Amino acid sequence: MTQNIEKFDVIVVGAGPAGNAAAYTLAKAGKKVLQLERGEYPGSKNVQGAILYADALEKIIPDFRDSAPLERTVIEQRMWVMEDESYVGTTFRSDRFNQMPGNRYTIIRARFDKWFSEQVQKAGALVICEMTVIALLRDAAGKVIGVEVDREDGKIYADTVILADGVNSLVASRAGLREDIKPAAVALAVKETIFLPKETVEARFNLKGSEGVVIEMLGSISQGMAGTAFLYTNKDSISLGIGCMLSDMKAQNTTPAELLEKLKQHPSVAPLIAGGETREYAAHLIPEGGYHALPELYGEGWLLVGDSAGFVNAVHREGSNLAMTSGRLAAETLLELGEKGLPSTAANLARYKARLEDSIVLKDLKKYRNIPDTLHSQRQFLSDYPALLNGAAHEFFTVDGQDKATKEKAIFNAFRERRSLLGLLGDAYRLWRATR
Amino acid sequence: MMKVEEKLFQNRYRVDADRPHIRIKNESVCNDGCVSRACVVCCPAGCWSFEEGKIGLITDGCLECGTCRVVCDTHGNVDWNYPRAGFGILFKFG
Repeated sequence: MTQNIEKFDVIVVGAGPAGNAAAYTLAKAGKKVLQLERGEYPGSKNVQGAILYADALEKIIPDFRDSAPLERTVIEQRMWVMEDESYVGTTFRSDRFNQMPGNRYTIIRARFDKWFSEQVQKAGALVICEMTVIALLRDAAGKVIGVEVDREDGKIYADTVILADGVNSLVASRAGLREDIKPAAVALAVKETIFLPKETVEARFNLKGSEGVVIEMLGSISQGMAGTAFLYTNKDSISLGIGCMLSDMKAQNTTPAELLEKLKQHPSVAPLIAGGETREYAAHLIPEGGYHALPELYGEGWLLVGDSAGFVNAVHREGSNLAMTSGRLAAETLLELGEKGLPSTAANLARYKARLEDSIVLKDLKKYRNIPDTLHSQRQFLSDYPALLNGAAHEFFTVDGQDKATKEKAIFNAFRERRSLLGLLGDAYRLWRATR
Repeated sequence: MMKVEEKLFQNRYRVDADRPHIRIKNESVCNDGCVSRACVVCCPAGCWSFEEGKIGLITDGCLECGTCRVVCDTHGNVDWNYPRAGFGILFKFG
């Protein structure tokens, strides 16, 4: 490849949501784009729950609904706070939410990423699969000027390199652009894709047509670890998974596979997946360190987007939308520089960060900047309160001859015993502080 | 209870025979210098084992998540790479 000294405007490393958004936006605007993907096809190495938030994709491909492989339109969202044999939950199901066009969809990433990549190629980018970037090329002054791939003479040059190589971002950390991820800033999630007849999915979740349900769960299922679980309905399958902070997983003895098995056996979950056939088991790290754990997002000739940059809102379970938005904003930054005839220096690429700060990506991460620390240090939110809530519900809904005033007192005493009056007030304050 | 081996059996892999993509830098660090061996518990694919005082690693079922490298932050004893391009896990659904 050195022989014909072909040079690209931009090289995008990785073909997930962030890389695809960047490559698509740049190619569509006429830039000469090379996108490199280590998997056999785009999607073959990618894992997500997965929920697709329409807004982020709509801003890139407005008519995506016409051709994208969507599983179900999410019309009902449940949140379950769980104890070993029960849950207290909320359900939001609304006909207004139900009106087309949908706000969020369940997707199967291997299928979705393949579709997204086809759009990238149609827009004019050169996409090469089964090619792994092993290093960044730099000039004498240290500016990134291209990448080296795992082929002989594998040097490829570009004005700018966008790193969309995912949560592990080996390329960026080996090049010294960022530190490796820390156990306290990342969650490990495991998931099974469990197949059931379409009619069974619809009957079990009270759905018709392409309607879908998501259930987010927390409480005893994470065994005291900071973590959540999820159940998403696809057309003829269910995605069921659980994720916990790696720093917590490190300090206990249950394997991720066992954790998932226990979730499958929970009396509230088991009937929903009964008779299903597991056809895949996947695992993935999720960068949940939030705002305070963000690395440098740009430098001389390079930009980080998506999971490689740590753009995940753990509270709202948003990641792929932030990935797509950051990919688009990176591309738009480069288009702006191109129009003005400016080079990809760090000083000029600072406009990327300004765009992020003006968008949902950094606004939301900033809002929840204290959540990771609060959950690490204040375990009561994940263990005591789910237990207390379920105990309170049990007391409240059991008619057993006891008068209601005595029941209320018993509930209140249970809270006070476990957390003390000051503790309860402090918790309310901490929760308010962490989310403002 | 479905065992991890049964779960992995459902997956599609293209195994790069005799070319493990993850290596232990120094086995004696695992065997003698590490008490937690968090890799053994945390690896979602059960690739790591510790039996009869010896650490073991078989990467055939690896899901390429990166967990073993990240949990080994105190010792930094995991030489972690992706499999060669085209090899490793091939997610059907992802």
